[in-house]
This record gives sequence, structure tokens and C-alpha cells, in this order.
Amino acid sequence: MKFLDILGSASSNMLRSKVRTGLTIIAIFIGAFTITLTVGISSGVSSYIDKQLSSIGAENVLLIQPKVDVTIGSGPIKYDPDKANTNAAQAGPGSIMLTAKDIEKIKTQPGIKDIQPIIIAVPEYIDGPGKAKYQVTAQSFIDGSTFDLAAGSLPDNTASEPMILLPASYVSPLGFSSNEAAVGQTVSFGMKSPLGELETVAAKVSGVQQQSLLADTNGASANKALITDLTAIQNRGLPGDATSKYMAVSAQLESNIKETDLQTIKDGLSAKGYTGLTVKDQIGIIKQVIDAITYVLIFFGAIALLAASFGIINTLFMSVQERTKEIGLMKAMGMSRFKVFLLFSVEAILLGFWGSFLGAFAAIGAGQIINSVASDSFLKDLPGFNLTVFPAVSVALIMLLIMAIAFLAGTLPARRAAKQDPIDALRYE
Amino acid sequence: MAEAIIGTKDLNKTYGKKDSLFTALKSITLDIKQGESIAIIGKSGSGKSTLMHLLALLDSPTAGEITINGESSSHLSRRQKDKLRNKQFGFVFQQFFLNANNSVLDNVILPLKIAGKSRRERNRLGMKALEDVELSDKAKNKANDLSGGQKQRVVIARALINDPSVIFADEPTGNLDSVTGQKIEEMLFSLNKTKNITLIIVTHDAELAARCDRQIRIKDGQIEQETN
Repeated sequence: MKFLDILGSASSNMLRSKVRTGLTIIAIFIGAFTITLTVGISSGVSSYIDKQLSSIGAENVLLIQPKVDVTIGSGPIKYDPDKANTNAAQAGPGSIMLTAKDIEKIKTQPGIKDIQPIIIAVPEYIDGPGKAKYQVTAQSFIDGSTFDLAAGSLPDNTASEPMILLPASYVSPLGFSSNEAAVGQTVSFGMKSPLGELETVAAKVSGVQQQSLLADTNGASANKALITDLTAIQNRGLPGDATSKYMAVSAQLESNIKETDLQTIKDGLSAKGYTGLTVKDQIGIIKQVIDAITYVLIFFGAIALLAASFGIINTLFMSVQERTKEIGLMKAMGMSRFKVFLLFSVEAILLGFWGSFLGAFAAIGAGQIINSVASDSFLKDLPGFNLTVFPAVSVALIMLLIMAIAFLAGTLPARRAAKQDPIDALRYE
Repeated sequence: MAEAIIGTKDLNKTYGKKDSLFTALKSITLDIKQGESIAIIGKSGSGKSTLMHLLALLDSPTAGEITINGESSSHLSRRQKDKLRNKQFGFVFQQFFLNANNSVLDNVILPLKIAGKSRRERNRLGMKALEDVELSDKAKNKANDLSGGQKQRVVIARALINDPSVIFADEPTGNLDSVTGQKIEEMLFSLNKTKNITLIIVTHDAELAARCDRQIRIKDGQIEQETN
């Protein structure tokens, strides 16, 4: 028997009892749908994160923070006069700030250079041509970072002119007609000194940053000149040691640093009492959470498929039972055991094919609906974020996997059919 | 003298083991020549069907030898036996064994499908075989819609399609009324005459048996009587 004939026979056998076949296919469909949709969401999120990662692209920037041992139930943290305590309102108790002493210590770590404190200034407001005032925080722009730019360019740390990279959400509230129109324009910050004197600092908009899951929606990146101006007001009149405390410092790594060298640096920092994180590490935490959710959902899909494979076994056993005489006849006429086995295996694979094809198709359809709903609602401010993405390779792999499972489930009944004695089937005395 | 197409020597077939041992056939020695018509007769349970199954290589003997075209079947692999049955043997059964939902033509071409012949070749030979049994106008009908006599003609067409040298017929007229049965008989014997196809008919119909060249009467697994 030729393979095409086997395929044809298996197809028509499958259609012989449509209800039974349909129910089995539905079982496979549920598993395929769950797994495909899960994989779709996971790859949608990962591909967005990867895109963001490559657009942020601060691959050789290391963010260094004091190491905090967070242990639940260990009681209050002991006071240590050597460690600076937080004086920033936004940091919770137990947050430890880095001091000039710490920076000196960090500088002793080989492999890193150009250590810059990350300074966060909290102006009273920002306003533009629209005259309406909004809250904002300004953070030092780290050289080597790239952002997903909607317009313009990155702020220049070497320029003497204050510059700011605006998040896209600020563009229209500040009174600019478009992202492009904002570039090169001036915005001003209202900054209060500790004594309550309000002063304004003007800054040029160097560019507009695309909204992103990974970027602070209220944070604008300021160049060195702007940060210096803002912190000068913020720290006016404060004693010296109160002004040189930082949440974190950034350091430059060698470009294309090896994973093992990076680990050595991280270990070195850790021994000194600091934590070094690359952008990748920071995003990795988000990714881990998403991966964990994905695994759980895939596990559910796998259980559905396990149940479905028993459905396949059952369906095919019934099919073998019903066609005892037909199998006997075909064997009497010289059909080989292998071909009989193949006939039923192909039927199982076909069940798997249709179940997974329809399941994957429905999942892709559902994905499109989810995408359009999401991008009109909770992902509205994140352009370029498709919640579900279905790479053809993944979908094909899922289908192949399900067909393989169906084949394995089918081997049991197919073997019984293959081993059937033609005489038993033809005996009627 | 024609060559023996199927021969047996001291054929034994037993089922079960020890206490439940049942001897179905005991030292059967036979020679069947090309173009002969043979009737295997006997009561139910005499072992005549078992003998046919052994001759058709559907079953293996417990002891003894079967030769096909002068070659011992014990040397043949399962695959070679499958091939031999597919190419050289045709089967006609009392209960027809047609796939009720398939078309008449699809039923007839089943042996060619198993042999892996192309669709075009299958359909050409299938139509030819249906013409031989005067059923070419029913080719597209479902097998289920035919009368008993028509069904048995379809079965004969199916047995003929691979141009076999032997047709095994197990009670070919058992399910038919006498007029229709007569027609099927004529058809089988005319194939025997015109195409020189060896006929091996298992039956307890004495009249049908009498028309054969030779009658082999089986009783309790042994050849009781051979008449020419």
C-alpha cells in the first residue's frame, strides 16, 4: 500500500464515526489551544522585553547598589554609623545610601571604570509652553544607555547646556503638538531649596522617549549640566556629607565583556558589600516571573494533552474493534503487519494534526483579539507591545509535538491491529 | 500432467497445550495441480476450514510441509507470504467481507491498493473485473446497496483482480438462494475453464462438490475419502 493510500484510508476511517472523532479532536484541541496561547503570550512578552533590552542597550553599564540582606522575620536592622541611612523621602526604612567613602571602595574593584553617582532630583514641577505644571523626577543620564527614542536624540553629558529626555507621556500635557515639535524646545523645572525658595531651571528637550514597560513613566533623564543645576538648589545649605549620598552609582564595563569576567566583578563587589546589576539582570527578574507563569500554564496544557491522549487510545481501540473483519481481510489479501500498524498510527497522527491545527489556529485568532483589546486598553501607552506573538517555528513545533504524542498514544491500538490474526477475523464456523 | 501448484506432506495442526490439546488436522498429504478444481467437504468442525487456511498460508502447520510452486513455505518470510497471497491467491467468502460504506469499485480494487498499484491502473483493472462479473454499471454504488448475489459477484471480481493462479472459496454459495448460487457456481467454473485458475472450494453442498474435478472429504481432521 502506498503512503498516500494509507493517508486516504486513515482519513476516511476517521470520518466513519464523526461524533467519536470530533470529541477526541476537541480534547486535543483544548490542550493545543492552551499551550499555543501560553507560548504566544510568553513570546510576545519576551520579544517586547528583548526589543526594549536592545533599545536600552546599556550592555556595558553596571548599576551598583549597597547590598541589602532582606530576610523576613529577622527583626529590625542594627544601626551602623558607618553606613549612611536614607535621607531621601522616597526610600523606605532600611534603604542604605552610598557615600563618597563607598565610591572610593568601589573604585578599588578592577574591571570597572568611570564610576558616576546616579542622582535623582525631585523638582516641584515641570512646565512647558502649555503652562500647566506636572510632577516629575529627573535622573542622571548614564553614558552608554540608549533609549527607545520616539524623536530627537539622547541628552549630552558633555554639553554645558542643560538637557532633558522627556517621556512621551509628557509631550502633549506640556503643550507640544507632537514628539518632533517638542525636540529643541525649552521646558522649565520649578525647584525648591531646603529653605523653601522656589527657583526655575530651564532645559532643552533633546529627545522624546517611547513609553516602555521598563522605563519609569514619571522619570526624565537629565544630562550632567541639568542635574548639577537641580541638585545645587536641592542641596543648598545642607552639610557636605548630606549632599553626597546616592541610591546607586553606575560604572562602565569593558564592551563585550565575557560572562565569566562579569561574574568575577560581581563577586568582587559582593565581597565588598555591594550588588552589581546589569540592565539584563534587572530585566531578568521580570522575565523570571513571566517564565514561571508560562511554565505553570504549559503544565496545565500538558495535563489536558495527557487526558486527550487517553482519548486517542480509546478511540482507536474502538476503531480496531469495529474493523476486526476488515483488518483480517486486508491481512489475508497480503497487507503486511507494518502497513496495518501504519494505517492506525496515521489515523492517530491525523487526530493529533486536526486537534493541534484547530487548537493553534483558534489560539492565534484569540491572540489577535487579545492584542487588539490590550493595545486599546492596558497597553495603550506601550507602543510596539503585542501581548501575543506566534512565531511560525514555535507553532509548528507545538503541532509536531502533539502529533508525536498522538502517534505514541496510537501505537498501543495500532500494535493490536497489526498483531491480529487474519483467521480469527475470518473464522465463522 | 500439470505441475502441482500446492502440495502438502504429513500436515498436522494442533491447538492448545497438554491437557487441552486439540488436533485439528492429522497427516494430510495432498497435491493440487494448476487448473484443477478441488472440493474440500466435511461437517462443521471437521477441520476443512483449517485446511484451507493452511493451504492459503493464512496459518502455519504444527508439523509437516506445504509447498507452493514446488517451494517449501517454511522458508518464506512473513512478508514473502503476504506478497504471495496478494499476487497469486484470490479469496471468496460466504460472508462476502465487503466494506459496506465504500463503493463497489473501491471494494474490488482493495488487493491492488494493498499491492501499491497506481490509482489509474487500479481503476482500469477494477472496471475490467467488474465487466467480467457484469456489474460495471454498479461501480459507483455503495456495496451495502447490492443484493446478495451481486455482492458475491463483487467478491469474485475482487478475487479476480490480481489475476490469481488460485481462488479459495469458502462456502461461496452458502448465503445465496439456489438460483443465484447456481449463477455464482457457473461463474467460478467458467473462470476455472477459461483462465485455468485453480479452484479450492470449501463446502458442504454436495451438488457443488460434485461439479469439482476432485472431492476431498475431511473427517475428524483426517482425509476420509478422495474421489475423482
